[in-house]
Amino acid sequence: MQTSRLQTAVLIGPGLGWLALLMVVPCGLVFVLSFFERGVYGGIDYVFNFGNFARAIDPLYLNIFFKSARIAGLAALIALLIAYPAAYAISRAPRRHQTPLLFLAILPFWSNYLIRTYAWIVLLNREGFLNQGFELLGYQGEPINMLYNDGAVVLGLVYNYVPFVILAIYSSITRLDPEIWEASQDLGATRFRTFYRVILPQTVPGIAAGLVFVFVLSIGNFITPDLLGGGRVQMVGNLIYDQFLTARDWPFGAALSFVLIGIMMVLLFLQAVLANRAQGGGRG
Amino acid sequence: MTREAATVLEIRNVSKSFEAVQAVRDVSLSIRENEFFALLGPSGCGKTTLLRMLAGFEKPSRGEILLDGKDISPIPPNRRPLNLMFQSYALFSHMTVRGNISYGLEMENLPKGEIQARVNDILETTRLTEAANRRPAQLSGGQRQRVALARALIKRPRVLLLDEPLAALDKKLRESMQLELKRLQNEVGVTFVVVTHDQEEALVMADRMAVLKDGVLMQVGSPHQVYEHPNNKFVAQFIGVMNFFDGETVDGGVKVKDEVLLGAVPPELGRGQAAAIAVRPERLEIANGAMPADHNRLSGQVVEIAYHGLDVTLSVRTPISEQAILVRVSANASDRFKFAAGQNLDIVWSATHSRIMAS
Ligand SMILES: Nc1ncnc2c1ncn2[C@@H]1O[C@H](COP(=O)(O)OP(=O)(O)OP(=O)(O)O)[C@@H](O)[C@H]1O
Ligand SMILES: [Mg+2]
Repeated sequence: MQTSRLQTAVLIGPGLGWLALLMVVPCGLVFVLSFFERGVYGGIDYVFNFGNFARAIDPLYLNIFFKSARIAGLAALIALLIAYPAAYAISRAPRRHQTPLLFLAILPFWSNYLIRTYAWIVLLNREGFLNQGFELLGYQGEPINMLYNDGAVVLGLVYNYVPFVILAIYSSITRLDPEIWEASQDLGATRFRTFYRVILPQTVPGIAAGLVFVFVLSIGNFITPDLLGGGRVQMVGNLIYDQFLTARDWPFGAALSFVLIGIMMVLLFLQAVLANRAQGGGRG
Repeated sequence: MTREAATVLEIRNVSKSFEAVQAVRDVSLSIRENEFFALLGPSGCGKTTLLRMLAGFEKPSRGEILLDGKDISPIPPNRRPLNLMFQSYALFSHMTVRGNISYGLEMENLPKGEIQARVNDILETTRLTEAANRRPAQLSGGQRQRVALARALIKRPRVLLLDEPLAALDKKLRESMQLELKRLQNEVGVTFVVVTHDQEEALVMADRMAVLKDGVLMQVGSPHQVYEHPNNKFVAQFIGVMNFFDGETVDGGVKVKDEVLLGAVPPELGRGQAAAIAVRPERLEIANGAMPADHNRLSGQVVEIAYHGLDVTLSVRTPISEQAILVRVSANASDRFKFAAGQNLDIVWSATHSRIMAS
C-alpha cells in the first residue's frame, strides 16, 4: 500500500512545523538583522548595508574564526582517536555486554553540563585534585597551571563530546555485514589489514558524522571556553555572546552568527556527500 | 567418475557443539582431488558449520581435519589454502568488482602486473569484464554471485568451499548456473565442496555427495548410488520421491500384511525384522496382461491424477498401505490408458527395483 500525500503531510507536518518555527524563522531574522547597523544608544538602525560582513572578515575577527576552528578541529580529532577504539571494542564484545558498555559511555550525560565543566575546574586548578595528587606523589615544584589555556578548552570539549562519537561509530560498525570480517580473513588478510582495507573505509560515514558533530558543536560553544579558558581563550561563540549581551551590537553579532552557520552548513553537506559515497552509491 | 583419485581433504570423526546444540556429530568424509562434492541436507543440519570448520572459522569440538595428509587445525583461516564463498557473498561494498577480486592477491603481496593479468583472466572466465568497474550495489544477483565466486577462485585454492552458492538466484538462473559452475570447475581444475539443501541441484552437479541429517552423516556416494541405493528411509525420502510399504523381512522380500513383496534383503537385515520395502514412482508400471515371475503385482484404485506436462503422476490406493502409492507414467502411457479417478488397475514392478531398508 502506498502512503497518500495527505498521510505524508500529516506525518511530517509537526516535525516540519517545529523546524520552521524554531530554526528557519530565527535564522531568517538573524539573516535580516545582519544587514542593519547598531544604533548610537544600542538599538538598531534600519539602514541596509554590508558593513557587518566586511567587519567580520577583518583580520581581528577572522583570526578568532581560525583559532576557533583550530580548537574545534583538534577537539574533533582527539575525540575521534579516543572514541574509535572504544566503539570498535564495544562492537566486538560479546553481544550481552554491548548495551551495558554503551550505557556506561553515555553515563556522564546524566549530570548537568555546567556541573561537569565545573568539575574540571576542581580537578585542574592550582590547588586542584591533580596538583594535590602530584604533591602526594612527591612532586616538589610550583603547582602546574593546567587551567585557563587552549589545552583546557580542548580537554573540556573532548570530554563532553566523546560519547556522541562513540555512538556514531558504534552504529556504523554494527551496520556492517558481520561476514565481511571473515571474508577478508579468508582471502588472506591479517586482522590489521582487514581493519585498514575493509572496516575503516566502510565506517567513513560514522567517522565523518562524529567529526562534524564535535566540530560544529565545539566551534559555536561559549560555555567551555568561558569557564576553562578563562578570559584568555576567546572563541567565536564568546565573541557572538559578547556582541549580543555586552557590546549590544546585535547586527554585528547576527553577521558573525551567519558566517558560523554558513561554515556548519558546508560541513554538514560534505559529510552527507561522503556518507553517500561510502554507501556504494555513485560510480567509480 | 568412479576412478579413485588422491584424497585432498580428510574429515575424521569431527563433531561440533554450540553450548546446547550439537551441530555436527562424528562426521568422517574424504574429499578427492578435483571432484565436485556436494553436502546435502535440510536446513539446520550442520552444513554451514561443517564448511566453516574446514575454512577455519570454527574449531571442531572433537576430531581432526587433514589437508593433503596434514592436520590443519593450527593454521588460521587467512593462511589456509582453502577459500570459502559465503552464503551472503560478503562482498566489499566500498570496492569495485575489480577491487573485490584483486583483494585476495594483494594480500599475497604479488607483483602488480601479475595481479592485473590474473584479474583480467578471471573476469573473462566469469564474464564480468563489462562490470569490472562497478560497485556491488550496481550489480544483478547473478553478477554478484559471480563476483563472490571469482574472488575466491582467483586465489587458486586447494579446495573451494561454496555455501549455497545458488540459493539467492531465481529458478531459471539457478539452473543455468548449475551447469556454469560445473563448467568452471572443469576449466580451473579445483576441488569444489558445495553446500546445498536442494537435492536436484546436488544430483545435477555433484560427482559425489554426502547427505546430512541433524549433524549426522547418513550416506556418501555418487548421485546415482545415493538415488538408486539409499541406505535408509531418510535418504530415500529426502532425495526424490519414494513409496514405502512397512512390514517384516522374509526370505527374498518383505511381508506386508498378507502379501509378500519381492526384493533383495540386505545382508545386515536378518529374518523377521521390521523393514520397509521402497520403490520409486518411475519404476512402477500399469499391468498390461501377463507379467514375469520376479515382478510384484498390487491391485489398487486411482484416487488422484496430477498432470506435469512431461509425465503424469497417479495416486493409487492399495489394500496394504495407508498411504496412496505414487505412480509416474509417461505422457504416452497416459494417452493409451485414459486414466480416470476411481478406476481400478494393477501396479507392477520388477523385484530388482525394490529397495529394502530398516524402518
Ligand atoms: N554460532 C552458533 N551458535 C549457536 N548455534 C549455532 C551457531 N551456528 C550454528 N548453530 C546451530 O547449529 C545448527 C546447524 O547450523 P548450520 O548453520 O550449520 O545449518 P545449515 O545446515 O547450514 O542450515 P541452512 O541450510 O539453514 O543454512 C543449527 O541448529 C544452528 O542453530
Ligand atoms: Mg547454512
